Amino acid sequence: MSRPAVSIQSVSKRWTPEGRAPVQALEDLSFDVAPGEFIVLLGPSGCGKSTLLYMIAGLEDVSGGTIACDGEPVTEPSAERGLIFQEASLFPWLTIADNVAFGLAVQHVQPVKRREIALETLRRVGLGDMLDKKPDELSGGMRQRAACARALAMRPKVLMMDEPFAALDVQTRARMQDFLLQIWRDSGASILLVTHSIDEAISLADRVVVFTSRPGKVKTIVPIDLPRPRESRDPRYHAYRDLFTELLADEVDRAFAEQETV
Amino acid sequence: MTADAGQTRLGEAGAGRPAPKIKTPLLSPALRRRLSAIGWGLVSVGLFAGLWEALWFFGMVNPLLLPPPHLFLSDIPGTLKFFDRSNRIGSVASGVGVWPLLFTMGSTTLRVLVGLSLGFACGVAVGAAIHYVKILRNLLLPTILLLAPISPVAWLPVAIFVFGIGDVPAIFLVFITVFFAIVLSTGAQIESVPKNYIHVARIMGASQRQTFWKVILPAILPSLFMTLRLNLFAAWMVVLIAETVGVGTGLGQITSMARSTFNAKLVFFTMAIIGLLGFLSDFALRQVQHKMLWWIAPNQGAAR
Repeated sequence: MSRPAVSIQSVSKRWTPEGRAPVQALEDLSFDVAPGEFIVLLGPSGCGKSTLLYMIAGLEDVSGGTIACDGEPVTEPSAERGLIFQEASLFPWLTIADNVAFGLAVQHVQPVKRREIALETLRRVGLGDMLDKKPDELSGGMRQRAACARALAMRPKVLMMDEPFAALDVQTRARMQDFLLQIWRDSGASILLVTHSIDEAISLADRVVVFTSRPGKVKTIVPIDLPRPRESRDPRYHAYRDLFTELLADEVDRAFAEQETV
Repeated sequence: MTADAGQTRLGEAGAGRPAPKIKTPLLSPALRRRLSAIGWGLVSVGLFAGLWEALWFFGMVNPLLLPPPHLFLSDIPGTLKFFDRSNRIGSVASGVGVWPLLFTMGSTTLRVLVGLSLGFACGVAVGAAIHYVKILRNLLLPTILLLAPISPVAWLPVAIFVFGIGDVPAIFLVFITVFFAIVLSTGAQIESVPKNYIHVARIMGASQRQTFWKVILPAILPSLFMTLRLNLFAAWMVVLIAETVGVGTGLGQITSMARSTFNAKLVFFTMAIIGLLGFLSDFALRQVQHKMLWWIAPNQGAAR
């Protein structure tokens, strides 16, 4: 078997808020992501699934355990591990093309070459005619696609997304999921997507990693054996939905109970 | 009442409703807005001047003390002779012309411009240094917080002690007016740059220097420009005060001389010029802002 794209080995994360007791955010997480695999991280809010993404990205340190990408331990951020946020976070002072080419500019790629790559990448995400627009002039869905293009322009091996569609309306969200699957297929990157939407998890993932509530641990990993495109009318889809609803309900109950005792 | 007006049943998409006719306006909306702004500006100033003239007409104001616009604007040649190019306090020009007036306006404007530019550049540099270098923050910030609330006018004697009589004290006063405001604003603005911007820069492999020039600076520039504009009028105030005391030329010098010679016409003429220059410099700064910060919609100053 080939080397995993991301290997997470008994990773934990502890926060120490100023003047208060340390908080155990993540505890003893272990799982691997195969090259080209689509993983969805599903869990109640506050379970630390976003923190895991930031640690894989190299923006946060681990408190214990190791994270390796392609066999190399993660020590600092790299464009090989793209991260997309809930807000597109495009720079408003750059055109869409310059936003997409930002990473190339930082690495001193020639302007002509930059523009070429930006155009090609924007075409792939369906924004080929938006090169010289300002981010303000784009809709929320378009901005999020431009943010994808910014990450894709660096040819990442791993693409991480922190609730990327949470700020979009329902219709746009469904379209964006189709778009994401298409991007995933033609880029060949592994994807790690954080969500708390069960439907999003079932329609996208190869495997769903279900988190417990705080401290976040891997509760279980569920492979989704459904052919794509996945139909929400499919009875098996319903079976998955029932399964995840049950798995999450336990966690939400537990989180509630804990809040009440505190 | 017809029940189904505007409803769409299943299977029939709401087609076939006639589109409302749109009248094409004679002038473009932008031009109309601009013309209307100019129109209201004229009406506003006209009303103010008209009231003043009316008070004079009915004998309610003394024309020697508060000469209405038609009086202080009618005697322009007589007024102009007080604008002198020789850098000497209280001097009167021998010849009469518009050049000495322009020279006076120019020297005052230049002092404001140089002071503002230096204050802005140094303010951003010091503000950023304080934010990033801990030892500088510890050493400088307390002093800066202590000095910032001191009125620039209070610096005038210091400026004259240190720099003597000349252009420098006036420029220094303008510098002080913007410097502290920009230093403090820079620190606060860097603090509020969205964390995700920094994350993007780090992921893309930007160095600290690249992150500052390509991300932080453009992100804070809109708010800094807003601070600069807010302090522009203060800069115009202090330059005049500096000119009454420390320099032999400039509009402040003329007003001061007019006051001591009890020349009301000259006072109001100079005041009109000062008002006009202040207005024009704000307009010019807005244009610069618009060109430099092209991504910000007009009249929307702050960063988001």
